Amino acid sequence: MKSTLFNMVAVLFSITLIASAGVGAVNMITEDAIAEVNRQATVAAVANVLPAFEKNEMCTMNIDDMPINVYTAVDGSGAVVGYAVETMTMSGFSGKVRMMVGFAADGKILNVNVLEQSETPGLGTKMCDEGNVLLASVKDKNPADLILKVKKDGGDIDALTAATISSRAYAEAVARAYEAFKVASGAKDTADGVSGATAADESCDAQEGGENE
Amino acid sequence: MLRKEVKMNKLNIILRGIVKDNPTFVLVLGMCPTLGTTTSAMNGMGMGVATMAVLTMSNMVISLIKNLIPDKVRIPAFIVVIASFVTVIQMLMQAFVPALYASLGVFIPLIVVNCIILGRAEAFASKNGVVDSIFDGIGIGIGFTLSLTVIGAVREMLGSGAIFGMPLGISDYMPLVFVLAPGGFFVLGYLMVLFNKFIKK
Repeated sequence: MKSTLFNMVAVLFSITLIASAGVGAVNMITEDAIAEVNRQATVAAVANVLPAFEKNEMCTMNIDDMPINVYTAVDGSGAVVGYAVETMTMSGFSGKVRMMVGFAADGKILNVNVLEQSETPGLGTKMCDEGNVLLASVKDKNPADLILKVKKDGGDIDALTAATISSRAYAEAVARAYEAFKVASGAKDTADGVSGATAADESCDAQEGGENE
Repeated sequence: MLRKEVKMNKLNIILRGIVKDNPTFVLVLGMCPTLGTTTSAMNGMGMGVATMAVLTMSNMVISLIKNLIPDKVRIPAFIVVIASFVTVIQMLMQAFVPALYASLGVFIPLIVVNCIILGRAEAFASKNGVVDSIFDGIGIGIGFTLSLTVIGAVREMLGSGAIFGMPLGISDYMPLVFVLAPGGFFVLGYLMVLFNKFIKK
């Protein structure tokens, strides 16, 4: 078709209008469904690292400028059964690594689940495998008794073969999760009292989380 | 040449997309997603299938609206159509097939910048009818999927001693370079040579 200023403007305007209306309409249809899917994924991730619980309460804190979500799980009687900490690090071999770390009420690490990573396939990706050396070095142990660094750096974590950078990122994320756990469990003890124990940049905005069986 | 293409039957359009106009080994289009996503056979296949879906739909819509678009603004118009489709597919997948989205999700935004889509819109869909354009999208899509799967399988086999995530039990210490970018170029180059030698016969 021959191009004139009028038809070029008119056609591009109508195409972008129709396209954005279409994208907007699909967004309206899928918005709730996507939120529901994400919520279920989080509930499943929390349930995966903690024993059975009644409901959980989420709060977000900032550690090293990274948002860390802490899910405090309580049973029917209101007693805390554990904390699931959604932690992250930017120092993986290809950047961001997100993990869910489950702590018992006394601080023992129950399980670690890698939620998101883009490490080198076949090397760093082994951090997601069942029973890998990284998980084995922290599982069922209390971080208070551990130095959360790889052995090469003088810590207690066994590194993955040929994936020291990924292993360091893993140790760093677990250490950050433990920081968040300390803040969260401390905050629970002094529920209505002074919260002077928490550092200034570690605010905890509690909100209602998901329910579980 | 163009006359002949119009007269081709549907099966030929599909076959041509897989062999004679294979997007990866013959047209050499879309190299960035090709090298980036073929670290394993499964990743390659995922990227191929997602591209095929977008390509088929964008070909269809572009051949429908081709007579309404002034020549000088056709490229921006095509890009808007393609980008909208990619966004819609991404949202629909995320909402209704989250399992599929979890494995393919990272590739979806990459499809917008895949020049195969724009290339086929420009070279085929803007000159041919709706049905032919849909078949062209399917054919090129299958060609792209097969190529990426083969490249991914070779790289995975050489680099991590597995195929589709299943270990072959050869050795624990494979030449990792094949999973990384330099090995991707090696594998792509040699497969391109083999493919072209094979189809020239």
